[in-house]
Amino acid sequence: MIASMAGALPTEFVMTQISYAAVLPMLLVFGGAMIGVLIEAFAPRRFRHEAQVTLTLLTLVAALVAIATSARDHQGITAAGAVVIDGPALIFQGVIVALAAVGVLAMAERFTADEADAFTQSGAAVPGSPREAAAVRLGATSTEVFPLTLFAVAGMMLFPASADLLVMFVALEVLSLPLYILSGLARRRRLLSQEASLKYFLLGAFSSAFFLFGAALIYGYAGSLELSDIATAVQNQSGMDGLLIPGVLLVVVGLLFKVGAAPFHAWTPDVYQGAPSPVTGFMAAGTKVAAFGALLRVLYVAFEGVRWDWMPILWGVAILTMVVGAVLSVTQTDMKRLLAYSSIAHAGFILVGVLALNQKGVSSTLFYLVAYGFMTIAAFAIVALVRSSGNEATHLSQWAGLGKRSPIVAGVFAFLLLAFTGIPLTSGFTAKFAVFAAAVAGGGTWLVIVGIICSGITAFVYIRIIVLMYFSEPAGDTMVMTPTVMSTLCISLGTLVTLWLGIIPSPLLDLASQSTLFLR
Amino acid sequence: MHTLITLASSEPAATSAATGVTSYAWLLLAFPLFGAALLLFGGRVLDKAGPMIAVLLSWAACVVGVLIAISMMGADPSDRSHTLHLFSWVPAGTFDVNASLLLDPLSITFVLLVTFVGSLIHVYSLGYMEGDSDKRRFFAYLNLFVAAMLTVVLSDNYLMLYAGWEGVGLASYLLIGFWYHKPAYASAGNKAFFANRVGDVGMSIAIMLMFVEFGRTDFAGVNAAASQASEGILTAIGLMLLLGACAKSAQFPLQSWLGDAMAGPTPVSALIHAATMVTAGVYLVVRSHVLFDLAPTAQLVVVIVGAVTLLYGAVVGCAKDDLKKALAASTMSQIGYMMLAAGLGPIGYAFAIFHLLTHGFFKAGMFLGAGSVMHAMDDQVNMRRFGGLATLMKITWVTFGLGWLAIMGVPPFAGFWSKDKIIEAAFVGEGWRPWVFGLAALIGAGITAFYMSRLFFMTFHGKRRWTDDQHPHEAPLSMTVPMIILAVGSAGLGLILGPTGIITSWLEPVVGSAEGGHEPVLSVPVLTVLTLLLVAAGIALAWWRYLRESVPVVAPVGSLATRAARRDLFQDDINEGLFMRPGIHLTRSLVFADNKGIDGGVGGLAAFVGGLSARARRVQNGFVRSYALTMLGGVVVILGALWVVQ
Amino acid sequence: MLSPYLVVGGVVLVGVLLFVAAMGARRLIAPSAPTPAKESTYECGVDPVGEGWAQTNVRYFLYAFLYVIFAVDAVYLFPWATVIRSSDLALASLAEVGIFVGVLLIGLAHAWRHGLLRWL
Repeated sequence: MIASMAGALPTEFVMTQISYAAVLPMLLVFGGAMIGVLIEAFAPRRFRHEAQVTLTLLTLVAALVAIATSARDHQGITAAGAVVIDGPALIFQGVIVALAAVGVLAMAERFTADEADAFTQSGAAVPGSPREAAAVRLGATSTEVFPLTLFAVAGMMLFPASADLLVMFVALEVLSLPLYILSGLARRRRLLSQEASLKYFLLGAFSSAFFLFGAALIYGYAGSLELSDIATAVQNQSGMDGLLIPGVLLVVVGLLFKVGAAPFHAWTPDVYQGAPSPVTGFMAAGTKVAAFGALLRVLYVAFEGVRWDWMPILWGVAILTMVVGAVLSVTQTDMKRLLAYSSIAHAGFILVGVLALNQKGVSSTLFYLVAYGFMTIAAFAIVALVRSSGNEATHLSQWAGLGKRSPIVAGVFAFLLLAFTGIPLTSGFTAKFAVFAAAVAGGGTWLVIVGIICSGITAFVYIRIIVLMYFSEPAGDTMVMTPTVMSTLCISLGTLVTLWLGIIPSPLLDLASQSTLFLR
Repeated sequence: MHTLITLASSEPAATSAATGVTSYAWLLLAFPLFGAALLLFGGRVLDKAGPMIAVLLSWAACVVGVLIAISMMGADPSDRSHTLHLFSWVPAGTFDVNASLLLDPLSITFVLLVTFVGSLIHVYSLGYMEGDSDKRRFFAYLNLFVAAMLTVVLSDNYLMLYAGWEGVGLASYLLIGFWYHKPAYASAGNKAFFANRVGDVGMSIAIMLMFVEFGRTDFAGVNAAASQASEGILTAIGLMLLLGACAKSAQFPLQSWLGDAMAGPTPVSALIHAATMVTAGVYLVVRSHVLFDLAPTAQLVVVIVGAVTLLYGAVVGCAKDDLKKALAASTMSQIGYMMLAAGLGPIGYAFAIFHLLTHGFFKAGMFLGAGSVMHAMDDQVNMRRFGGLATLMKITWVTFGLGWLAIMGVPPFAGFWSKDKIIEAAFVGEGWRPWVFGLAALIGAGITAFYMSRLFFMTFHGKRRWTDDQHPHEAPLSMTVPMIILAVGSAGLGLILGPTGIITSWLEPVVGSAEGGHEPVLSVPVLTVLTLLLVAAGIALAWWRYLRESVPVVAPVGSLATRAARRDLFQDDINEGLFMRPGIHLTRSLVFADNKGIDGGVGGLAAFVGGLSARARRVQNGFVRSYALTMLGGVVVILGALWVVQ
Repeated sequence: MLSPYLVVGGVVLVGVLLFVAAMGARRLIAPSAPTPAKESTYECGVDPVGEGWAQTNVRYFLYAFLYVIFAVDAVYLFPWATVIRSSDLALASLAEVGIFVGVLLIGLAHAWRHGLLRWL
């Protein structure tokens, strides 16, 4: 073994060929983040917010353009087999960047000057300490969120485009670390937010360990971490299944943690509740897209040859995820926790599509992710608007009678809830239908029946909120902040995409079904 | 008397692309949808003009419907089926669904019913909702409902039908709970929603099964492929569709929501819960007749459901003192008749639709009459507080009276032509079935006569039992005109369409017709005489009990049977015992909106899930160590499962 | 296949044995006569004051953090040393290391501007 490895080592370093045009989008985002850090360091405090928001949005738009132009024309495996830019990778990157742009709009919301944004002035200070008070008095801002978001976006873009388990791990950490920090930056309920951040970090580290351990086992089996080599080794049946299958499952566990599938979902409600609402929206949408992209890649490219060993287990996970998400959402009394459980249930529905293991599985998963991403970002942006005595009014009872107080916000939220439910003419319906149809074609009819029943249960939850908003008398001092152009744009974009994908889903479905071929 | 019309069974006519006026059918959906959007998003500016716009748009849709119907009548019977392609909705690889409209005699019949009755009720609402501050929202919902209902009947595939299906559910839900300041009303909205969700699960499973089995969901494709499918699959699809139909049409065992749905404004009860939406289940069964014809077991279940519901509704109707709830029970019972007919196969399809049509007129008319009474009596609905209104509200009395005669099946009014045909059809067959189902339909007719007469006498005749501060008066013109038109319809529609054979030959290209040689086990004249005798007996009994004797203002305790019927034959108690008790004590303290949300009977299932949820929630205790342990446990279980599998 | 690992295992085993043997020999040979003074923390005579658990100022944490970042990242520079003189890689690798260090410097600049390098 040692001899063979020594033989594999080149005697001299050979310069790696990198197709810069292919990875340009990621480089752009990373570079934008760097400039963001510099702005944070040197720009005067007054201009920082405007500068950061402008820079971040420009970066994301530039990245989107680069994906559509230069990266699309330079598909292939690059950077010494570390990064693969193919149809699915491109479309996942595009979706992530688009979602991030909409999410950033929500983060940029500052309302009027005295209300300030959703982020704390001093994330590092102990809550309630003199230092925090000083930061508040000085009018400090947490504009760091924008470079942090860009770093996370860079990681998310690399995640589904990595052709190597080690690169995938690096991407996992790059996307996770900024998110850990971002979740701890809520302006109000500081302790809850910091607790969420720490929990997310600890459990994230724990799951990363599983991922690494699995990668190590697979390396022991295949002698390589590159997905294509693993696929070849799996095909050749080198006979150490004792290493391979546990390795596969441990890697998958690491990814399932990120998508919030049961039984690795426990962090989701706490973190979603504690994190600042705009961050929660971005995190829920972006992380899910990236992690499902990576999951699709490892399952479809590397481990497809042993599908019968892991499929039954993942069926179990999918069913458990749907049931846990649906059943537990029934008793939630906090809006953000409720949306967290709903995200768990949605992760289960998406898993149903992933497990179809056919081309339609890829395209329907993608469609679901886009649909879910846009509606969830808009929903959390609305959650950030509803306030009660200065705090976010997240208890459900505070939403009573919102339809009377601000009909437009309540109407849009009701529409988004209908989309979560999967009522026809919203993107949620088309998405659910697409994944279920793909699963049925892939032989998962029972999975689909469980899915339909679970979506019936979740419907109760969403409709209950609509009832609460429209058919109850307003109570308490709940009020809706007047959003500036930023949130307005974010919510309108999310809602319009949800409506558009519900009525005319064909363009996206076409696009998705053309980009289902993974490069090996 | 006329005998059953027997024509040779023919293949469903071929479908061609829409041309001429038919190609403007999209306007049918566009007008009301535009109205709903305009009124919902238009803001306060439209508070005054909005309702008028909604009414005009509804009439505009009606005009389009009439024009299409006229052009269809001019065409050859084999060329009356058209599709209008709107756009590709879900083109997912080999599976694609088009958003297309199917215009054939069946769908256009429904279009006429929905737009005409719907528009009349729009007009009526102008008067009825006069003083309501939220009129604009009400009319927006009404328009939304019309659009959704037209989607149901015009779609050419099950998926789009399902979209409309959800749409009418939503609209009805919004309208039932329209006066949400009363908690009981909002709760009624909830109950309707739950029953419908159960049905929706059935519908989606049916659609999925179609997709698996046939690879497509459009009517033509499914019908063409059905003959190759196994009977087991077809039975499963049929039963799942029936589940959906039962929920929407308030059929046994999902009937409990309809009575509570009467909490909504009366025009809503007339339009949605009498004339149109609740009959969507019948439409679904008739539309899927090819599937049901190939699955006799499913068909039998349809008949049983229809028979049980028609008796159930009739019995409940006898005991209700609430005017609207008694009418709701009667609706349930009449739809039971339609279901029964739809389950009988080719012999019954046309009559199911015929009865649906006449019922749409006379029941809507009676609901509007009830609304007029309530309008006059300060929203009083207790019939024991009415009496002697005939002289004070002449128009209402006459129009309601025509509806009353029609529903009982007194010749020559509408019900006689449509319902008696169903009773005759139910007596056709061999073995035990004609006797059981036929007798059920026959006895149902007698009970119907009793409770409808009871209702009519208690409301309009006898002593005045209202309190002194009430001053009954006739409703304004905007309300009486629609009532008059509907009353004319309930009187004449049957005579025009029934004995002339128009309705059967009109629908024949779609649903086919029975092959010759079907004679009821009792001869037709005998049946007609029997039915009329039972009806007369029912009227006489009601006259004896409620007109000759005085009606006490407070309901007497009554016999065990009466009490059972008053409580809807214990439907809520049964639901509660089955689903609710197991979870209720756990959720009481935990679920925040218990008092508002799930006290209703059908909510029991939700309470059960809630109880489960509350238990499972304890795992989520907030400690990182527990979470990590959960994850580790998950990994161990997964690897353990692997070990077991290998 | 496992034979190379046997050699490694053998070396580890020998190492452990050597250590155990040395310690064991000390234990056997050395005299042992403990007194309270000898048992104290600092045998040189300084009396220990306070608890064994001493709180470190949290500011050291920042320095430790920065130190770890830069010391660990310095490790990545060593492979560079092996190729810096080869003709075809020199310039490219110089640029790459420049980017690498530049990224770190940006981070350092940010930390500096936010006052993290100041001893409060």
